[in-house]
Amino acid sequence: MEEQRLLEGLVFVVGDNVDTDQIIPAQYLVYSLTDPEESKNYGRYALSGLPSEWGRFVEEGQWQSRYSIVVAGRNFGCGSSREHAPAALQIAGVKAVVAQSYARIFFRNAVDGGFLLPLETDAPLHQVLRTGEKVQIDLSSGLLRRVEDGSVYHLKPIGDVEAIVRAGGLFGYARQLGMIRSNAQVRT
Amino acid sequence: MGMTLTEKILARGAGKARVEPGDKVWVGVDVLMTHDVCGPPTYAIFQREFGSQARFWDPDRVVVIPDHYIFTEDPHARRNLEELRRMAHEQGLRYFYDAFSARYSGVCHVTLAEKGHVRPGSIIIGTDSHTCTAGAFGAFATGVGNTDAAFVLGTGKLWLRVPETLRVVLHGQLAPGVMAKDVILRLIGDLGVDGANYCALEFQGEGVGTLSVDERMTLCNMAVEAGAKNGLIPVDDETRRYLQAHGVDGGEAEEGDPTAEYAQTLEYRLDVLPPQVARPHSPANSIPVTECEGEPLTTAYLGSCTGGKVEDFLAAAIVLKGRRVKLDTYAVPATVAVQRALNQIRLGDKSLREIFLEAGVKLGEPSCAACLGGPVDTFGRLRGDEVAISATNRNFPGRMGSSKAQIYLASPATVAASAVEGRITDPRRLVDEETWRRRAEIVARQEAVVVSSDAPAA
Repeated sequence: MEEQRLLEGLVFVVGDNVDTDQIIPAQYLVYSLTDPEESKNYGRYALSGLPSEWGRFVEEGQWQSRYSIVVAGRNFGCGSSREHAPAALQIAGVKAVVAQSYARIFFRNAVDGGFLLPLETDAPLHQVLRTGEKVQIDLSSGLLRRVEDGSVYHLKPIGDVEAIVRAGGLFGYARQLGMIRSNAQVRT
Repeated sequence: MGMTLTEKILARGAGKARVEPGDKVWVGVDVLMTHDVCGPPTYAIFQREFGSQARFWDPDRVVVIPDHYIFTEDPHARRNLEELRRMAHEQGLRYFYDAFSARYSGVCHVTLAEKGHVRPGSIIIGTDSHTCTAGAFGAFATGVGNTDAAFVLGTGKLWLRVPETLRVVLHGQLAPGVMAKDVILRLIGDLGVDGANYCALEFQGEGVGTLSVDERMTLCNMAVEAGAKNGLIPVDDETRRYLQAHGVDGGEAEEGDPTAEYAQTLEYRLDVLPPQVARPHSPANSIPVTECEGEPLTTAYLGSCTGGKVEDFLAAAIVLKGRRVKLDTYAVPATVAVQRALNQIRLGDKSLREIFLEAGVKLGEPSCAACLGGPVDTFGRLRGDEVAISATNRNFPGRMGSSKAQIYLASPATVAASAVEGRITDPRRLVDEETWRRRAEIVARQEAVVVSSDAPAA
């Protein structure tokens, strides 16, 4: 996860309690996450377990989504501990999720694996924004701006895991702390 | 101010005199558990970060239990098993319960307990959200992702935020036909699926003492369905008896300090609790079975880490004995030991296995099977618009393989009763109360047989 202070993209809106089975159904967990070609399947099937009322996140025949920001209600990422879930969103092109709250393991995986930014808002943005709208997120000021009408919403500070986010994940953080040697293959 | 049991365990793991909720601490890990879905990607991250020649911090503390996608022709699932074998060989693992070998066991959380890997007071980290099951033995146990697990493999350490503890006090004893699954479904209904987010869920009270170890595992297993980081139960004589039978020293009884602070306390009277059913599509949609009795079903499923243990099959068999199911009914024992118990436990003149088969239930091989969907050829997997009642732990859309299906969650007794009637049914009308009350005795008799026959392999 590059330290990007400004994100802009189209939002994909979902509701409360979107669990990891909806983010990436269990039948697709058999694909390798390390094989570059095979791992594209995670992008292809990201959010494919959602009930159809939310619309398609990735178009038929595509490997990535045109939406780079997922907007959700409460408890995003509940359910299984599978790290394939934040990985699938990242592979599909998601840079950040903006939710009212997260399930613990998903939040941890998103941060420790450096897959995407799990941002929080007090406002139920999933009831405000519509899929396909463009937003800008300024991490320096902690604001999300809806481009269409310029309305602005506050993001909560990311809290005591900020150091891990800034280090790009758990391994970067541990190397900064000197907990592990830095001469192993450096991740790209 | 004193510490809760979770705080005590984490303080010890962090080498500190005390910790408080909200502290971020690095703890030493006692056991790292992984399975066939998350093991291969975890090993890939480990090798990427620590180098291809790197060794695990302690191969004897790494327990690898393939269980998710075993009885399938899916080539990718087979490849995962091959990768686990490579990892186990390269790292010289002692505790690898390989599929299609004499050591194969089945569902990881039940195996971890059966094979004596869970010690009271220890810190157990697993690449599966239901790792919290091991809290039934007074351990701190939680699920993590592949990156965290790979970090543990290299360092033996993990950072953890010390959780607030939410206390659940149980009074009295469950009525015949009512199970621990009903207690936890009611609790998740009261808390909501995120009501215990980031918290420890500790079960206390004399009511806990009336529950068998299998039942306590069900309570702790589903703590994560309320968002909890871990669920746990202080060790008592019942736990120690189980541990001893499985080759583990139960150690000194440890519990939270009397002056410990709890974020919240909920109290339940078990004797008046009716069976619960969680309607689609959330474990928090629980209501008394009496409020949805008669709703139509097409499929019944018994199995998984929370619903495929010996007590679960015994409870279902008490309901099924001498009856026939009207639904497509699948039953998957969690482990090989549970499968063996089906032959060894008898109710009157029949073994449990005979009771299930004569009732028309399809019996699968020990594994996670359809609990989480899985490859298309998975035993019992939902494929269309089934309306299922399941003894598993989740019913979010698509969980058992089809996003068009509806899943009700219930206890094994309620699943069995509903299978017999062909619609949602209160199991209290179908259980023989005298046999129900003798469950512990029936299981104890079987355990004596299994433990002695297991001894040479241990």
